Amino acid sequence: MNNLLKNIARFILFLLIQIIILNEIPPIHQFITPYLYFIFILWLPFGTSRIATTLLGFALGYALDMFTNTPGLHAAAATLIGYLRPTILNLLLAQEASEELTKEPSIATMGWGPFTFYIFSLTFIHHFYLVLLEWLQFGNFSYFIGKVFFTSLMSMLLILLVELLLNRRKLKR
Amino acid sequence: MKNIIGFIRQNYTFFSFLILQIVSLVMLSSYSKSHQTYFGNWNNAVAGKVNSYYNEWAYFFDLKATNAKLVAENVALRNELAQNFVPYDTSVKSGTLILRKDSLEKIRKFFYYPAKVVGNSFTLQKNYITIERGALEGVKKDMAVISPDGSIVGVVVEVNDHYSKIMSLLHRNSKVSAMLKRDRIAGSIEWDGNSPEILSLKNISKSALPKIGDTVLTSPYSSSFPAQLMIGRVTSIIKDPSSNFLTLNIKSATNFYNLEYVYLVQNKRMEAQTDVEQKGEGNE
Repeated sequence: MNNLLKNIARFILFLLIQIIILNEIPPIHQFITPYLYFIFILWLPFGTSRIATTLLGFALGYALDMFTNTPGLHAAAATLIGYLRPTILNLLLAQEASEELTKEPSIATMGWGPFTFYIFSLTFIHHFYLVLLEWLQFGNFSYFIGKVFFTSLMSMLLILLVELLLNRRKLKR
Repeated sequence: MKNIIGFIRQNYTFFSFLILQIVSLVMLSSYSKSHQTYFGNWNNAVAGKVNSYYNEWAYFFDLKATNAKLVAENVALRNELAQNFVPYDTSVKSGTLILRKDSLEKIRKFFYYPAKVVGNSFTLQKNYITIERGALEGVKKDMAVISPDGSIVGVVVEVNDHYSKIMSLLHRNSKVSAMLKRDRIAGSIEWDGNSPEILSLKNISKSALPKIGDTVLTSPYSSSFPAQLMIGRVTSIIKDPSSNFLTLNIKSATNFYNLEYVYLVQNKRMEAQTDVEQKGEGNE
C-alpha cells in the first residue's frame, strides 16, 4: 500500500516537474529538451510485470501529452520503454535478484555500472523513438543523431543527479 | 482459430504493447484541427487548470519585466499630453494675411523621463530620495519629480553620471509654488518637519476663502513644475491675526512611504524663465 502511494506521488511529481520546469527552459530548448518524467518507469519495483510497466508507460506518456498538445507522441515513447524495461533488467540482473521483487532499481540495489547502463539504454531508446516520431519528415541524420545523443546525455545527468540528491539508499534502510 | 487465440493469450503483453503503440501513432498522425477541438474539450479540464495555476506563478515572476514595460508606456503616454506643449504665437502677422507659422504645430515645453527609486527617507528633518538616473541619461539640476499618480515629489538637487539626489517635499528647505484650485490664489508649499503626511501652504492671501477638503495644485508660476499637478487637500486652516496671510495644513497626495518609480519633468524653457526672473531682481 505504502509502495502504491509512493508511486502515485512520483507519477504526479515527475509529471509536474517535466511540465512546469523542464519544458519551460528556454536557452537550450530548440536543440535539447531535458526529459525526466520517465524516471517514474525506471524506478518501478523489480517485480512489476511487463504488462503493468507497458500500461503505466502509456498512461504516463499520455498524461504528459495532454499538457504538451501532442497526443500520442510521448505515449508511444513511454510505452516502448515500459515494454523493453524487463528485457534490459533481465539482461543485467542475476537470477537470484528475483527474491528482491519489491526493491527498486537504484545504484544501491544494482551497482553503479549496471544501473548506469540500464538508465542510458532506456533513455537513449526513449529519445531515439521520440525524436524519430517528432522529426519523421526531416532527413538531416547528423542533426537527428546529435539531438538524440545530447538530449539523452542531458536526461542521464538529470536522472543521476536526482538519484544522488534523493539518495534512496537511506530510504531502503 | 483456437491456435490463434492461444497464441494471443501467450503473448498478450506483446499484443497490448502493439495496440498501445498503434493507438499512440494513430493519435499522433491524425492530430488535426478537428481533433484539437475534440481533445480540447476534456483535456483542458485538467491540463487547463494546471496550466492556469502555472501561468499565475509565471506571471508573478514576470512582474518585474511587466512593471518596466508599463513604466515605459506610461512615460510615452505622459509625453503626449497636450499640456506639455505651447502653441506658436499666431497673433503676429508678417505684413500679409499669411501666418508665419502653422498654428497646428506645437512647441514642446515639458518632457518626462522615468526613474527607479533606489533610496528614500521620510523620517528625518531633511529628507532626500535617490534615483537611478543621472546626467548621462538626461537628468539636470532643478528638474521636477512627480509620482506615477501625478502628484509632486520634489526637485532634483544633485546629479552625477548615473544617479541623482532629489530634495523631497519633506525637507525643511523645500519650497514649491502652489495654488488653491477653488480661487487660483497662489502660495508656497513648505514642510514644518513634523509629520511626513502633512505639508503647509503658506502666504495665502486672506481674501481667499479656502474650505477644508479643497484641492491644492501646483501653480503656473513655478519654473520646474508643470501647472495643475496634484499636491494634496486642505485639512485645517490656521488664522494668524497678526499677519495678512493664512497658513493651511495640507494632507499630501503623494505617498512617500512606498515610492518605487518616479517621473522626472524637464522644462525645456526653464533657463529662459529663471534668467529673466533673476534679471528683474538686479534692477531693484
